[in-house]
This record gives sequence, C-alpha cells and structure tokens, in this order.
Amino acid sequence: MSLLKHIQPTLASLAFFTLLFGGAYPLATLAITQTAFHSQAEGSLIRNGNTVIGSSLIGQNFTQPQYLWGRLSATGPAPFNAGASSGSNYGVNNPALIEAATARREAMGVSGPVPVDLITASGSGLDPHISPAAADLQVPRIAQARGLSEAKVRSAIEASTEQPTLGLLGEPRVNVLQVNLRLDGKQK
Amino acid sequence: MLFGITPASWLQLALYMLVLTAVAVPLGLYMARVLSGERNLLTPILAPVEKLIYGACNVRPEQEMTWKDYATAVILFSLGGFILLFSLLLAQGSIPPNPQNLPGLTPDLAFNTAVSFVTNTNWQSYGGETTLSYFSQMAGLTVQNFVSAAVGIAVLTALIRGLSRHSSDRLATDKLGNFWVDMVRVNLYILLPLSLILAVLLASQGVIQTLEPYVVAKTLEGADQTIALGPVASQEAIKMLGTNGGGFFNTNSSHPFENPTPFSNFIEMISILIIPAALCFTFGRMIGDKRQGIAIFAAMTLVFVPMTIACIGLEQAGNPHLIAAGADAAGGNMEGKETRFGIANSAIWAAATTAASNGSVNSMHDSFTPLGGAIPMLLMKFGEVIYGGAGSGLYGMLIFVILTVFIAGLMVGRSPEYLGKKIGAFEIKMASIAVLFPSAPVLICTAAAVLTAPGQAGLYNPGPQGFSEALYAFTSAANNNGSAFAGLGANNPFYNSLLGLCMLFGRFFVLLPVLAIAGSLAAKKTVPASAGTLPTHTPLFVVVLIGTIVLVGVLTYAPALALGPVIEHLNMIKG
Repeated sequence: MSLLKHIQPTLASLAFFTLLFGGAYPLATLAITQTAFHSQAEGSLIRNGNTVIGSSLIGQNFTQPQYLWGRLSATGPAPFNAGASSGSNYGVNNPALIEAATARREAMGVSGPVPVDLITASGSGLDPHISPAAADLQVPRIAQARGLSEAKVRSAIEASTEQPTLGLLGEPRVNVLQVNLRLDGKQK
Repeated sequence: MLFGITPASWLQLALYMLVLTAVAVPLGLYMARVLSGERNLLTPILAPVEKLIYGACNVRPEQEMTWKDYATAVILFSLGGFILLFSLLLAQGSIPPNPQNLPGLTPDLAFNTAVSFVTNTNWQSYGGETTLSYFSQMAGLTVQNFVSAAVGIAVLTALIRGLSRHSSDRLATDKLGNFWVDMVRVNLYILLPLSLILAVLLASQGVIQTLEPYVVAKTLEGADQTIALGPVASQEAIKMLGTNGGGFFNTNSSHPFENPTPFSNFIEMISILIIPAALCFTFGRMIGDKRQGIAIFAAMTLVFVPMTIACIGLEQAGNPHLIAAGADAAGGNMEGKETRFGIANSAIWAAATTAASNGSVNSMHDSFTPLGGAIPMLLMKFGEVIYGGAGSGLYGMLIFVILTVFIAGLMVGRSPEYLGKKIGAFEIKMASIAVLFPSAPVLICTAAAVLTAPGQAGLYNPGPQGFSEALYAFTSAANNNGSAFAGLGANNPFYNSLLGLCMLFGRFFVLLPVLAIAGSLAAKKTVPASAGTLPTHTPLFVVVLIGTIVLVGVLTYAPALALGPVIEHLNMIKG
C-alpha cells in the first residue's frame, strides 16, 4: 500500500529537519555570529554605564526643540515602539496621511517645501535615519534651543552622516540618535 | 532623468541585474549536479549524513516513484508539516525559549500561519515580535522555510525528469525519481550552506542573532523604549533564499534588525531571485540543451526589468497630495519607505519580491502610489512565474511553455511538442487547471470580502484602496506570495480561514497537475526534432511565451485592477 510506506519517511524526515533547521542551524549561527560579530548580534545596543539607552540601528522619538527629529513613526501605542514595529499603511488618498504630514510641517515651523522624508512615516516605524536635507533644515532650531553655533550642530550632523555604500548602494543618510548623542556629549 | 528616474537608481538596477545573472549561472550548474546526484564539492562531507537519514527514514534512494507515488509523498509530507507546525503554534505558551511569555495562537491564526508556511506562502496574519516565541520562530517557521522551498524544487526536478528522459534511455519509464532523496539533497546541499553563508554576512551588517529577552532602553528624552530581539539572522537568510518572505518582525525587511544597511538590502534582494533564476540554468543543463534554459531566463527578465523600471518611475513621481501639503517634489513617495533604501531600492524590492513568490517587503506596499502598487499586484497575477517561487516558479513557467507550444501549434497547424515530447490532450487539460484554478478563488474571495460585513471590517484605507487591499491579499495568498497591502486587518477568522484556503488551492492545484504532466511525459517517447518542429529557444518563441503569460494575466484581472488601482490613481491625480 503506497500510502503506508510513506508514513515512516514523513515522520522521520520531519523529525530530522526539525532538529537540523530548528535546532542545530540557528544555534550554529548563534555561535558563529556571537563570536564574530558580538555587538551586532546583540542588537548594536548603546549603553551609558550599565543602562541601555538605545540601539544605533533603531530610531527614537524626538519632539524637544534641542534634538534633531527623525521620520514620523506609526507604531502604537507610542511612536518608535521597537516592541511592535508598524508602518502607517496610509494609501495616497487617505486624508490621515495629509493630516499627519501637515501637522509635522506646522510643528517644524518652516515655510516652503520640506524634504518628503520629514513629513512621512517610515515602513518599520523605527527608521533611525533622515536625509541630509531634512537634518540641515533643523539646524537653526537646534542651535537656538541649545545656544550653540550652527557650525557646531552641523559638525555633529556631518559626523553622523553615511554615504551610499561604495558610492552607489542606498541613500545618503543621517543617524538621528547619533547626532543627538553627540549634541548631548554622550558620543564623540 | 529618463522616465524621471535618477542616474543613481538606474545604476543600482543595472548592478542588481548584473550580479543576479553572474551568480545565477554557476549556482544553476551546481544545483544541476546536486539534483542529478552527481559528485560535487560537498559530497565528501554530506554523503555520510545522507546515508544516515535514508536509513532512519527506511528509504532506498535508488527506488524511484511514479507521479502518483511522488504526489502522495508530497501531500503526506506537507500534511505532517502542517500538523506539527499547527500544534507548536497552539502550544507555544508552554514551550521554551519564550522569554516574552507569548501565549499560544488562536486556532484560526495558527491554521493560517501553519498553512502559510507549509505552502511556501508565508503570509503574515501574525505580528512577529508581538505574536511568536523564539521557539516558534526557530523550530516552527524556520524549519518550514527550508522544507517548503525544498518541496518546490523537488517537484520541479520531477518535472524536469519527466521532460528529459528519452525512450532510448534505460530510464525510459514512468518514474520521476525519489521524493525523499530529492528533499534531503536540496536541503543539505543547496539551502543549508547558502543560508549559513547569508546569515553570517547579514549578521556582519547588524542583523541580530540572540536568545536574550527584549531589552528596555531609556531614551534620550527619558521614555522607555522596548526593543524586540531574537534569533533573526538564521531565519532571515532562509526567508530570503527560499522565496518564503514571512518576517521575524511585523514590518519584515523594513525593520532595521532584519535589514540594517544598503549592503544587507542588496544581498537580500539578490537572495530573493537567486534560486528561481538559477534554476533556469539548472533546467538547461539537466535537459541537455542550455539554450532552452536561457530562453526561459530571458522571458522572465524581459517581463521583470520593464515592470521594475515602471515601479521606480511611479514611486519617484510621488504623491501630488503630499507635494501640495509641502513636500519637496524631488523626494518621491517616501510614505512607508526607509531612508537608507530610498525610492530605488524600495521599488526594485517590491518588484523582485512579487516576481518571485517571496513576499517579504522592505517598504509598505499599501502606501505605494496606486499604479506603483499595481506593479507588484500584476506580477503576482501572472501566476508567480517571473522567476517565481523556489522550484514552483519554473514549474509554473513550464506550464505556460506547454500552453504556448499548444497555442503556437494550433496557429501553424502542427501537433504540439516540447523537447521532443508530444503534448496531448491530458497535458493541456492539466496545464489549464494549473493556470486557471488559482485565479478563481482570488476573484470569488475578493467579492466575498467587499460584500460581507466581516470582510468589510478588515478594509483599512477608504475607497478603492480598501478594495485593492482585499484584491491584493487574495492574489497574494492564491499565488503563494505572502506580501500584503498591510493595512488590511487580516487576523480574524474570516480572513485567516479564507486566505488559508486560497493558499492551499494555489499550492496544490498547480503542484499536482504539474506532477501529473511530469508522469505522463516521462512515459512518452522522445521524437527527434524535424523541420516541422517548433523551436522553443528562439527570440520569437520567447515573445510568444511572454504574450501568453501577459494575456492570461491581464484578461483574468483587468476588471478588478480597474476597480482598484486605476480608480485610486484617477482620484489621486484629480487633486
């Protein structure tokens, strides 16, 4: 009977594949990556003393004037909740999309066109970056709130700017948390 | 700025296609060696492991199967995998490691997720970091990521054997190989080594791999920020390579821990298409006529590249409402996209992930411009044959080749044949089932969703975009893709059960007819090519093949696409 003869291989192969791919493979990857890339494997966490103050790959919510602000974030219940990533999923004609963009623009208090990344939500809700133009726009506000020269703020931004990989892949981008750590004197 | 696309975007697309092709050829030839059982680089290490498994499984590797036997094995293996995964997901609350103490899934969600991973769809009704324990991710999802992809490649291998066995061979039989041997070889020799390499490369970029519980960070503004962690790199690698696409996190590869840098993004994008693309060259080598594989690769590429260019252009053009609200017009439509990837890498990914039945996302397709979002939808509607799923893409494409040979044969009045095998009524019946059956549930279920209260309750965006969310979902499920217009609230009994049924339909009503064709062809004589044979490696044939695919896809879905993306587009531009 052809059905019966397949039952043993089904059970045995499922057991084998579960042990191999569900156990040995992820644990071998764990051993290799924890050894070779320990900090990355643990989440590229940033510590201040013993306290974790963030991850260099995960954005944080900034609303105070002395900080550089990032993308909008649609995660709930609060923005930049890295325990429950989410995009807004607004369609192009959804009124809520335009309301969020307009509210952000008003909060920034700028006239004229703004870089689109500053008034839109990222896909993950955790985007750690903004475009250099979006950072540049905020320099006067930050400088004023901190009583710093604009040049000082700009140098913090430049030090936290990455160019496309090999000059080709991806976009130029500013790591928002890094800029703010530099402005706070918590990172050189 | 041809088509409004920046030079940097053109360059990235060109580099992508170049690297993809350059890697696909050698990988395809390697896979041909593996699938033919020839000695290769890894034989000395893996052959003893293979023997051990055959012993434990009570399988005699040289004993081949008829198509019905092969199909029975596929169904039993899938059923066994479903029962195992379904049970694990229900019981996850009491199985470590589960540092967040996440409870077991509801039965409808467990059904949907188990079907989803067993059918290589990997639709996400689940929320990743808020739903699944580390154990479920590793021993549940990761395992099916491997084996469901391997099933696809195994079935393809059976079809290739059916096409290539000559009547003069000692192998002129109705046998298609041994399913268990194919499974073991694909998993051990192809998927495992590639995944290990990719996982380590991704970890170097910042993809995490840890069993620590989620951390709570004290942010600069003094708030508590929970940061979800987990064994991501190992799952991410096979998720990309096996055309699976089900994310560790809710937002999939837009999440910085799944895809932190432009380089990780590039290798993940290559991984989406690499196995389906390489299998074209595997096919050419195994049937002993490389030109046939190149012709199919060319047909896929000729559909893929123009559609990708269109997607980049449409997203770069942006959303007029946002521009009216003060956005700089040069930035494009950045809603739902990550800064580090920008327009080009989000659009290339969207096209690649839907051309292949991968279904991972690095940007939110629901927030694409209406026509930009119609591109991924259309690529799925072509039946996931533009590269397509691991194995399933090429076997789907070969069904279209058989249909094309038949149609072309009718046009010139010759009896159709492919690779020397006469195509008869049985093959055409089976091919018609494989092409037409998966599209029926898409349209029926979309209608059910917009006409019933529980269906309407899931629609998120107002107007035509809400309709598109349902249409996208059922297209994705029935073609085993798994990506979504993710505004759709799909985690409820209505969508979980209907989408689950669509996935089963889309998987087995293609896979079983394919095996039936393979069995029928294997038993046929191979007739030598004559002056009357329609050559299937020429540019002319490639064009007719593309025409067949596009015609079937567009004729089936044009009305539905008009109701969704087209009206939404008109609403967008009317201001």
